[in-house]
Amino acid sequence: MKLFNVKNLIRLLVLMVVYGIIQYLFINKAINPFYMMTLVLVCIYIILAVSQNIITGFTGQLALGHAGFMAIGAYMSALVVVRMQGSLVAGIIFGALMAAAAGMLIGLPTLRLRGDYLAIATLGLGEIVRIFFLNMDYLGGATGFSVPKTIDWTWAFWLMALSVFLMSSFINSSHGRACISVRENEIAAEAMGINTTKYKVMAFTMGAFFAGLAGAIYANYMYLIHPGTFSFLKSFEILAMVVLGGLGSITGSVVGAGVLTIISAGLADYPEFRMVIIALVMIILMVYRPNGLLGNKELKLDFLRIKKKG
Amino acid sequence: MGSVSDLIIQQIINGISLGSIYALIALGYTMVYGIIQLINFAHGDIMMVGAYIGWFCTTTLMLSFIPALIIAMFFTALLGMLIERIAYKPLRHATRLAVLITAIGVSFFLEYGGILILTPQTRTFPEVFPQTVYEFGNITFKYGDVVIILTTVILMAILTLVVKYSRVGKAMRAVSFDKEAASLMGINVDNTISATFAIGSSLAAAAGVLIGVYFNTINPLMGIMPGLKAFVAAVLGGIGIIPGAMVGGLVMGLVESFVSGIGFSTWRDAAAFFILIIVLIVKPTGLLGKNIREKV
Repeated sequence: MKLFNVKNLIRLLVLMVVYGIIQYLFINKAINPFYMMTLVLVCIYIILAVSQNIITGFTGQLALGHAGFMAIGAYMSALVVVRMQGSLVAGIIFGALMAAAAGMLIGLPTLRLRGDYLAIATLGLGEIVRIFFLNMDYLGGATGFSVPKTIDWTWAFWLMALSVFLMSSFINSSHGRACISVRENEIAAEAMGINTTKYKVMAFTMGAFFAGLAGAIYANYMYLIHPGTFSFLKSFEILAMVVLGGLGSITGSVVGAGVLTIISAGLADYPEFRMVIIALVMIILMVYRPNGLLGNKELKLDFLRIKKKG
Repeated sequence: MGSVSDLIIQQIINGISLGSIYALIALGYTMVYGIIQLINFAHGDIMMVGAYIGWFCTTTLMLSFIPALIIAMFFTALLGMLIERIAYKPLRHATRLAVLITAIGVSFFLEYGGILILTPQTRTFPEVFPQTVYEFGNITFKYGDVVIILTTVILMAILTLVVKYSRVGKAMRAVSFDKEAASLMGINVDNTISATFAIGSSLAAAAGVLIGVYFNTINPLMGIMPGLKAFVAAVLGGIGIIPGAMVGGLVMGLVESFVSGIGFSTWRDAAAFFILIIVLIVKPTGLLGKNIREKV
């Protein structure tokens, strides 16, 4: 696959236009800081949703520990930036790598488990991570850990674009197809000579890496990180975005993350309503459209292309 | 050295009380899993609803413990059947992922619906029991401990009899063994599944009322942690196996009270999940489970 083909250049152009418009509006004070924060959160949740989709939608493994990896990314980047006076880039990379390492360590034993057991084991691990940071007084403990705000919208946007590009390249590669075959039928995939454990761990590690990256962006944007943020609830919200958009659709996750984050921001004053609505949407979707709104289809920019004759 | 052994015995008593509650909740998980292979994530929240019904009965209706317990069990059984009909039955043939996500959805719906209707405020259970404390040397035995253990033993005995000897119980065992063959034998599978949800939910309600009277406070999110831990207990004992849930629950209760007892109470939730992961890695079928090979 060539990096600079026409398709990718068009994508880059679209991204630049989107970025340019939002930046222009922000400079001209058409977007107030609350909306700007929502937009940054949208970027963070897009990374989280797409990385969860790699694990759940493409590889078919229901893991519920995404908030835990996000927490590792957030706290480890904060450790580098605040406690070791490291640079922001070093913090982000370290956070993401630590999350990936944790993902691999956790994935190796647990991914041998089937469906429900994996869900509950990863849920348990996510909670263990949260309780660990809750008891780490060196990193703030129960009161939270304050981190200077060093990330702005530009960083968040382009890191998001890069992450989504890398993850979609992974899915479109032969490794990605191997992951999809694991989802479709694990026994058949194994019979065809695919090392299913290897690909499950690969997808899981990759998902953890980007969850850690998202956590690192979150930590360096939000001033304060708190173990309570990274509870099971967060994992569930991320899963809801993936399910809403479509299991196995990257553009679906992007849309799902955008829609749910904006709805959440709109209902910020009524948190109970927000969760009731999310829960109802999940139940109704699962009963009527078990593969999410887009299923495994992708939104395409095909309408921009000039149709060939004949 | 007397004080150390007293301390240990005291923790064992606390552990058994707590473990009995976990065992009651774990039974519901294990029965539902045994029959439709679903982790009913909403089970802990059904327990919460039971606790609120019990609270309503003892405060507003001024009922005593046993009528409150029975009313809570009855209405929660209805709720369990309703949830099964609305949310899980349409998905009987869907992927397990879809059903599991629905179960999580139901769980959040009950929690936050509860917050909407009942407000997030913590409610205090009235004192339905005398605050009698039995002392043997340095070991104290609360009246509540006795009630919890007695109620659990009675309910478990009834459950065992029902599952072993009644028509419903036999149908439940048949359906969990082989759904299709059971329906060919004239067993109404849907009704049997409903009955399983009803029994499991009413046991959860009993646990909810017991938690309410033992710890005195209830809130809409009280179901999450006991629910997860009871699930761990069910997996620990071997999911789908009724005696396994009882054993698993007691083990969980004992571990938790010992971890708190040696001064690591902030880590006790982590200990529960740690046990879960060890069990899943070492013997995923649980303490009392048998290995079943997956067939193509």
